[in-house]
Amino acid sequence: MEAYFDNSATTCPCPEAAAAAAEAFTQYYGNPSSLHAVGTAAQRRLEAARETAARLLRCESDEILFTGSGTLSNNAAVFGAAYALRRRGNRVVTTAVEHPSVAQAMNRLEREGFEVVRLPVDHFGRVNRMDLQQAINAKTVLVSMMWVNNEVGSIMPVEAIRSCVRRSGAPALIHVDAVQAFGKLPLRPASFGIDLLSASAHKINGPKGAGLLYVRKGVKLSPYIVGGGQEGRGIYSGTQPMPSILGFDGAMRALPDLRMQLEQTAQLRDYFVAGALTIPDVVINSGADSLPYITNLSVMGHPAQTMLNYLSERGIYVSGGSACSKGHRSPVLTAMGLDPARIDSALRISFSRFTTKEEVDYLLNGLASGAAALKKKL
Amino acid sequence: MNEVILIKNGELALKGLNRRTFENILMKNMRYRLSDLGKFTFTPAQSTIKIEGDASADLEQAVDRLTRVFGIAGFSRALKLDKDFSLVLEHSGAYLKEQLLQADTFKVNARRSDKRFPLNSPQICEQLGEKLLEEFPHLSVDVHNPDVIVNVEVRDNDIFVHANQIKGAGGMPVGSAGKAALMVSGGIDSPVAGWMMAKRGLELCAVHFASPPYTSERAEQKVHDLLKKVARYSGRISLFVVPFTEIQERIRDNCSEDLFTIIMRRLMVKCAQQIARREGCGALITGESLGQVASQTMGAMACTEDAADMLVFRPLIGMDKGEIIEIANKIETFDISILPFEDCCTVFTPKHPRTRPKLPDVIAEEQKLTCDELIARAVEQTRNIIIS
Repeated sequence: MEAYFDNSATTCPCPEAAAAAAEAFTQYYGNPSSLHAVGTAAQRRLEAARETAARLLRCESDEILFTGSGTLSNNAAVFGAAYALRRRGNRVVTTAVEHPSVAQAMNRLEREGFEVVRLPVDHFGRVNRMDLQQAINAKTVLVSMMWVNNEVGSIMPVEAIRSCVRRSGAPALIHVDAVQAFGKLPLRPASFGIDLLSASAHKINGPKGAGLLYVRKGVKLSPYIVGGGQEGRGIYSGTQPMPSILGFDGAMRALPDLRMQLEQTAQLRDYFVAGALTIPDVVINSGADSLPYITNLSVMGHPAQTMLNYLSERGIYVSGGSACSKGHRSPVLTAMGLDPARIDSALRISFSRFTTKEEVDYLLNGLASGAAALKKKL
Repeated sequence: MNEVILIKNGELALKGLNRRTFENILMKNMRYRLSDLGKFTFTPAQSTIKIEGDASADLEQAVDRLTRVFGIAGFSRALKLDKDFSLVLEHSGAYLKEQLLQADTFKVNARRSDKRFPLNSPQICEQLGEKLLEEFPHLSVDVHNPDVIVNVEVRDNDIFVHANQIKGAGGMPVGSAGKAALMVSGGIDSPVAGWMMAKRGLELCAVHFASPPYTSERAEQKVHDLLKKVARYSGRISLFVVPFTEIQERIRDNCSEDLFTIIMRRLMVKCAQQIARREGCGALITGESLGQVASQTMGAMACTEDAADMLVFRPLIGMDKGEIIEIANKIETFDISILPFEDCCTVFTPKHPRTRPKLPDVIAEEQKLTCDELIARAVEQTRNIIIS
């Protein structure tokens, strides 16, 4: 038996995604920017994909830009917003637990003279609203916060950002990295006053190579990638990767009712956590209110890589919560204030909507036998 | 225009009666290294080996590969001409154009091993010098410190014209000193140690210890990648991967914690030695450097050494980390070495390893294990992979 629990890293494309991607290779090979019939057909198909995304986000289709990945969406949003508003202030507010594609962009902004405020998180990886309100001042040009943390699944107070910004009178744009939330939580960026939102195809059983960026109507970004200006009237450039975008479309269309799915996944997660806690030395690092698709846990005394190898040999695939013995420890778990031993043993178990109870049982079995068979660190 | 490569085999020229043996090994190595680049013929004469490629041969790539063949002090790309001096005057300028255009000064050097040739060396220099000055008016002659030296070699059958020599890798041809087994973990040091000993003419095989699931497949892949880089210099390497999990678990459960590393290293040496013997190796090679870590103090090394009854080469013993890294960068292993995968040396590392272990204590602890049986089993289950 094989069981894949690394769905927050990437997912296996669903048949609908594969079929749609195949159409891009055979039918829609034209460049959507070409004016002849082949190009026009590709353009129409591309717009249909855009409408699918717009329906999911309850926005208009011209507010959706397709990019090459979640990272490109995040880079385009963070740099695009900060540079566009540079003259109106230089404070940028983010969290200490962002994905590297935001965190590294922030580091670069800092080197370029922006004042970057990184909000701390609590023991379960959540940002506090009071901290958020205090960090935003009248000189703040960007607030960038992930919707769901990729390592522990904590859900951030993104719904509170707009009122904080309004109260401080800041000109700030609001960006939300929703790569782990998209297709799992029902997202309505407009109702939260979010200006920019990133998502990625391959986290929702779509192919690699496509991301999307929601840009609220009226928001002006400074283009970070320059070229033909194919997407968002110049905000993003590059011939659209049709196979990936159409695959993305297929994956979005195949999504079930998100609320029901969330409910089912929460039950499966509770079943898993209850089972995991019967294994000696297991501690759960994710909070009970985290996204049910992600559970971070530590099997104390066993380096993550060892347990990962042990499980992998048995066809169970999980992720090490932190890199390794010699490399740096996970900044997310460090920011949560976990002690080093716990970080070094941290595993991330991430479900998809296709995860079954049988697979969870198999994983529990593997964790229990691993904890018993492996020798602990000295 | 017929271009050839002239190899100067440096240190080999000093080897009196054995020279032919060394030369033959070098030619065999070069032939192997260039085998996929076209058809080449190798002709030794005096202290030079001439390499000629046929029309399909990729000379550019061959030159690049030859910079990594040990036993070559230096080499030149040369223009081969029939023995007619007017040809030298006619073609030299065009052949050396790129180098001469970038230079301000030059001189001509002539060597005439065929003394029946009508012109003597000073006449050759004078006439070719004059012709080149005519073709490249920006140049001037500097006999003491020229930017470019134009060499004319008049041999028995041909004349060769070439300019500045390309530096070779030096050292001795791989295989001329025998064969040894490199113990390789995946760190920075062992590939450098292997490279250094290959430079002195040793053919390499390698022994790596894998402890799944404590070490991952990536850690072993890293060793393959490292050895691939070393093999660009040493030629193919036969890698032996020894399953080491059982031994490490036994040491952890039965022996004193602070002696874990020392006992582990002794057992590694014992395993490696058995493989080395079987493979016809005359020595082990390790990347140890005195004082680098707790297991590489003099006392700890003495305890490891005691487990060996075979010669152990430690070419890095007196080198600083910085010096080792410099070589690792040069041979392109450094960036691979620092990939963070747990390797066999870091599994179960004790918090406080003993830096001055006493041999009788170590042996007493070790005797709690059924060493011979454990080693025999590990060696028997060893996998072999050819890296080239």
